[in-house]
Amino acid sequence: MSLIPSDLKYTQSHEWARRETDGSVTIGITDHAQEALGDLVYIELPKLGQHVEAKQEFVVVESVKAASDVYAPMAGTVSAVNQDIADAPETVNGDAYAAWLVRLQPDNAADIESLLDAEAYRAIADEG
Amino acid sequence: MYAAHQALSARMVEFGGWEMPVNYGSQIEEHHAVRRRAGMFDISHMLAIDIEGSATRRFLSRLIANDVAKLIEPGKALYSCMLNATGGVIDDLIVYFLGKHEFRLIVNAGTAAKDLNWIQSCKEDWQADIAIKPRHDLAMIAVQGPQAREQVWAALPESRGVTEPLKPFQAASLHEYFIARTGYTGEDGFELLLPSHQAPGLWARLLELGVAPCGLGARDTLRLEAGMNLYGQDMDEETSPLDAGLAWTVALGDEREFVGKAALPRDGRRWNFLGLVLLDKGVLRGHQTVYCGAETGLTTSGSFSPTLQQSIALARLPLAVKPGDTVAVAIRDRHVPAKVVKPPFARHGQPLL
Repeated sequence: MSLIPSDLKYTQSHEWARRETDGSVTIGITDHAQEALGDLVYIELPKLGQHVEAKQEFVVVESVKAASDVYAPMAGTVSAVNQDIADAPETVNGDAYAAWLVRLQPDNAADIESLLDAEAYRAIADEG
Repeated sequence: MYAAHQALSARMVEFGGWEMPVNYGSQIEEHHAVRRRAGMFDISHMLAIDIEGSATRRFLSRLIANDVAKLIEPGKALYSCMLNATGGVIDDLIVYFLGKHEFRLIVNAGTAAKDLNWIQSCKEDWQADIAIKPRHDLAMIAVQGPQAREQVWAALPESRGVTEPLKPFQAASLHEYFIARTGYTGEDGFELLLPSHQAPGLWARLLELGVAPCGLGARDTLRLEAGMNLYGQDMDEETSPLDAGLAWTVALGDEREFVGKAALPRDGRRWNFLGLVLLDKGVLRGHQTVYCGAETGLTTSGSFSPTLQQSIALARLPLAVKPGDTVAVAIRDRHVPAKVVKPPFARHGQPLL
């Protein structure tokens, strides 16, 4: 069974999100997602300063098996990207919650509240 | 075998009507285990079809594009395509010569039902006096890697006597086992056919000896590095074997009239079937457009090569394109440079580029 920390928020499309003290939101893919994808070998990150809409694909993660889009959990501006994981994609397989992908400065700070909590995401992850 | 895979926490996928393990953890580690030590694959989804009767050799010489006349010694195997009347590939297969009037075909899982129907209809059309026996009672385990043969001998000590003298593409029988020095990885090893109920026991013995269980995921990257085609991706019923790098499996230099021969283009191939190595970050996949000057080609299968640590692909390219050329592959909204190479990319534990 995959790890689903209770202090994070989640999407139906298997992203996790965490609000930082500076108001930005850190985003990654869940343990369930990395497990389903298998060994990751390539991650395409967005450009700093790019504005994205909610549910817009803004990162591509590729495993040996397949390519998969990662969707923005909310509208916002890309304020940081994790270059370390682009250089070593396998670190996402090692710890999907430490190996974040992108930080967004959300257009609307309250948007994160409408995401799923751990319990609701667990129900989705368990379905497959 | 399903219970054995579950006990190893395999990630299962549906494949050709079978529930098959895709990996048991890290697909890349499984790949390395085969290149460096020994790994095993449950490939029971593939089907053995025994063909028997005095007309078998004549029947097969018409049914398949390679020439079974090359099979003189019992136990010898031949890789071939079975073509349709328009010269497209119905399936690729291995045919073993078992004895006087007995041959065994090993066909792909996804095409097994189609193949059986085709073989049956050829038998009727040609009024061939043969018996077609699909061996659904047999399981198949491939053990591959530099230590594979030693590990099989450790698991089945009495098999050593009959299998040690085997050259590549030869097989031997021992009681209910049929052991062939063949594979789909570019490494040495055996493929073992045995009664289904005995498969879990052999699997468990090999596991105890340290042979790594490997799934379909690693099988795909291993065969791709070895430059071996996958049916349904690199060729299909619309593809001539000459355009899929399989000219070496088509015996044209004789009077023999096999199905599809008349449809093969007289001027040979229309495409160069070659390999690509991506020169920048990214992952090649099948069905990506390859820009080669004014002309375009198409990738047929691609992935990440764990041995080369770069992405590789097989591709149908314009005839003017040669190994050493640089082309550009469309990956989403980017055009990424790739070098044209002659497969294989890696075999026997070593990169070949």
